[in-house]
Amino acid sequence: MIHVESLHKKFGKNEVLSGLELDIHQGGIFAILGPNGSGKTTLIKTILGMVIPNKGTISVMDSLVKNKWKYRQDINYLPQIANFPGNLKVRELIEMIKDIRQKPSEEQKLISLFGLEPFLDKKLSNLSGGTKQKVNIVLTFMFDSPLIILDEPTNGLDPLALIRLKELIAEEKARGKTFLITSHIMQFVEEVSDEVVYLLEGEIYFKGSIAELKIKTGQTNFEHAIAAISTHNKHD
Amino acid sequence: MGKISVLVGFVLLLFGNHLWARTITVCNTCEVKTIKEGVAVAADYDTLLIKKGTYREFNIQVNKPLTIIGENYPVIDGEDQGEIFTIVSNNVTIDGLYIINVGTSYTSDYAAIRVVKSENFLIQNMVLEKLFFGIYLEKCKNGEVYNNKVIGDAVDEYNSGNGIQLWYSQNIVVKNNIVQHVRDGIYLEFSDNITIENNISSDNLRYGLHFMFSNDDIYKNNTFENNGAGVAVMFSKRIKMLGNTFKKNWGAASFGLLLKEINDAEITGNSFEENTIGISIEGSNRINYSKNNFIKNGWAIKVRGACYTNTFIHNNFMYNSFDLAYNSNLNDNIFEENYWSNYTGYDLDRNGTGDIPYRPVKLFSYIVNRTPETIILLRSLFMDIIDFSEKVSPVFTPDELVDAKPLMKKIK
Amino acid sequence: MIKILKYSFYDLMRSRWSYVYFLFYLLLGFVLLFLNNELSKAVITLMNVIIVLVPLIGTIFGVMYYYNSKEFTELLLAQPIKRSSIFLGQYFGVAGSLTMSLVLGLGIPFALYGLFESNAIWDFSLLLITGAFLTLIFTAVAFNIALSNENRIKGFGYAVLAWLFLAVIYDGLFLMSLIVFEEYPLDSFSLVATMFNPIDLSRTLILLKLDISALLGYTGAIFKQFFGTNLGLVISICTLLLWTIIPVWRLGYVAKRKDF
Repeated sequence: MIHVESLHKKFGKNEVLSGLELDIHQGGIFAILGPNGSGKTTLIKTILGMVIPNKGTISVMDSLVKNKWKYRQDINYLPQIANFPGNLKVRELIEMIKDIRQKPSEEQKLISLFGLEPFLDKKLSNLSGGTKQKVNIVLTFMFDSPLIILDEPTNGLDPLALIRLKELIAEEKARGKTFLITSHIMQFVEEVSDEVVYLLEGEIYFKGSIAELKIKTGQTNFEHAIAAISTHNKHD
Repeated sequence: MGKISVLVGFVLLLFGNHLWARTITVCNTCEVKTIKEGVAVAADYDTLLIKKGTYREFNIQVNKPLTIIGENYPVIDGEDQGEIFTIVSNNVTIDGLYIINVGTSYTSDYAAIRVVKSENFLIQNMVLEKLFFGIYLEKCKNGEVYNNKVIGDAVDEYNSGNGIQLWYSQNIVVKNNIVQHVRDGIYLEFSDNITIENNISSDNLRYGLHFMFSNDDIYKNNTFENNGAGVAVMFSKRIKMLGNTFKKNWGAASFGLLLKEINDAEITGNSFEENTIGISIEGSNRINYSKNNFIKNGWAIKVRGACYTNTFIHNNFMYNSFDLAYNSNLNDNIFEENYWSNYTGYDLDRNGTGDIPYRPVKLFSYIVNRTPETIILLRSLFMDIIDFSEKVSPVFTPDELVDAKPLMKKIK
Repeated sequence: MIKILKYSFYDLMRSRWSYVYFLFYLLLGFVLLFLNNELSKAVITLMNVIIVLVPLIGTIFGVMYYYNSKEFTELLLAQPIKRSSIFLGQYFGVAGSLTMSLVLGLGIPFALYGLFESNAIWDFSLLLITGAFLTLIFTAVAFNIALSNENRIKGFGYAVLAWLFLAVIYDGLFLMSLIVFEEYPLDSFSLVATMFNPIDLSRTLILLKLDISALLGYTGAIFKQFFGTNLGLVISICTLLLWTIIPVWRLGYVAKRKDF
């Protein structure tokens, strides 16, 4: 599905990714974890082609992504901060994205799932953070694409919406989709993910299932296991 | 009694001559085949009627009072040999001929028609083409030059002549003529009391109209367009310039009107449009400029050398790149009640004139005078800013050179 | 690209600023005509406005729009769209709506005033064409500046500085160098220096129409050839085109290599 080879990226003097290697096969939910500034978002953005790597290659579904844009047709991406053009109404935004993607979509179902009907004719600048995130989720899930990338999907969601989101993820996973998810909410990660990719100082520090992680760190609690690999590393 | 009968006899003789005046027809198949022959056989006051045809003749000397009339524009082809008509008698009329191929010479000024020391002549309805000089009036008086068309093919100044030239002549009327493509359209030297009216002088190499040492002349309602320069008035006195149009005289040294050493002239009701310089003035005094329009000229007025006691009243200065430029002192010249389209003042007391004076000289015109290439910065914001600061506190431009009563509306 | 252009254009059409700009020109046109009572004079005043104000508005508007639509841009970047299409689409959206405001805002009052029966129509059309070029150029310059500066305040500052430099300071330096080197033949230098500043270039283009009589007063042969024939018009328009194409091309080039 995704194949990353010796990926390097520097922002000025700050080296964010240094020779990262990653292989993600089709199907399943992969959580990308790591401390702040470990390069999670940068990794996702290089896969999306928003950040251009200094060195290394990335291929998505067996084609190199460099200077390409059509492959993004097969990716649904939920950005971390839901920034939308404030002048647009929710309905117009959805129509616009549909117009751009030119793919069959099922936004109606999602709109009612998250109870967004009353907001359809409101301007995006007037929405609360949580509502914006719901719109964000609708935009992400309304197309049928094999790869779904979620950057902090739980931000600002109320418990009901969170449950709906989890259901949605489970449903899509059942349809054979591949997920890349970053999150700070360990409970959410533990609940949904099949495999964990732990990033540290621009490299993959750990990749495997949650059970393997617990064994490796000797912890029974996932949250503590994550904390353990971070601190373990610091003492190295 | 004897005296009277002699007089009556003389008058009768004169009239008799007129009464018995014959018309001699000249044509290729007539008894009289050439104009020269016609002139030779004609008696005083006879009429030569030239039928349509081509007459290859030159140096035709008209030495008696004759009327020479062409029918349907017969062609007189000089074949570049020399002068065509030389009139040395009083009371000659030439009418309706088409003269072509006047000889060009570096030693003598061949003309299509030369009038020498004669009076009461009339030259009208002539068409002159491919010529050196057109109509040349030499020491003549009381003549008229009407409705002629003079079209030269001048390329260089040194080997071309003037369209209509007056030399030491007086009381002549030059009216309704069209002069094109010669050196000077109309040229006056030492000629006084001349009236030049309703002529169109265009596309000439040097000047549309040129005065030298000529006084008390008047020219009005003429059009001077696209000449090397419009009109040059030099070393002359008491010239009246009324209602003429000076248009599109473009070039580095070009102007609509040049005044050089001119005194006591009147310049009224003229229109200066799109000339590089509207009026270029050198050493000219006591001139009244009124009711003229200066429209879209590079410089409406450019003054070189000292000029005294000139008045500019009730003129319109509209859309000129520069209204006024000069490079020495303007002494007691008066600018008053003119309309300036560049004026930005206001009229709060509603008396029709602006409440703050207008300064026609811009700092930028100084700069351009000094470094001509700076013209390329015309109308730039930077120039506007320094012009504005100069306007607020004049340093380079003279404090007293102002129109204290600029009009708010243009003069109709 | 057309889609992005369409959305940017719609987005701008519903933003207050386009209307402010449009109404400003509308008002300007009417006020000018009311005060001057004559088309020819209004055209001259308008020229001063166009060569100063249009670049300023293009610059400020361009920078503002770029920073304000950052979210929109980021949203689009994750969509299957070519990068250069996103930026060029936005650029043409802004430049297009600004040009439209200019042409309509000034065109309506002048048309109502009888422009089509007047012989000022050529001068006026030339003004609008020049105005359109200046909008395209300065919006592109603004986009370039904004693209190279993440910091809004900095980007805004640089953009205004760029405008100030080209509108005023450049001519000051130009004038000074002409006066300092006045003993040398300067006509080719001054023509070349004009080519390097789009504002001067546009001004020259308008001078060709309004002040040809004065320009022909200068004796230099190169000047004469430039202003006296159609050469000046052709060269000026070609250079203006270059001035438009180069920043737009750089916009695409930089956008392709930038991280978001």
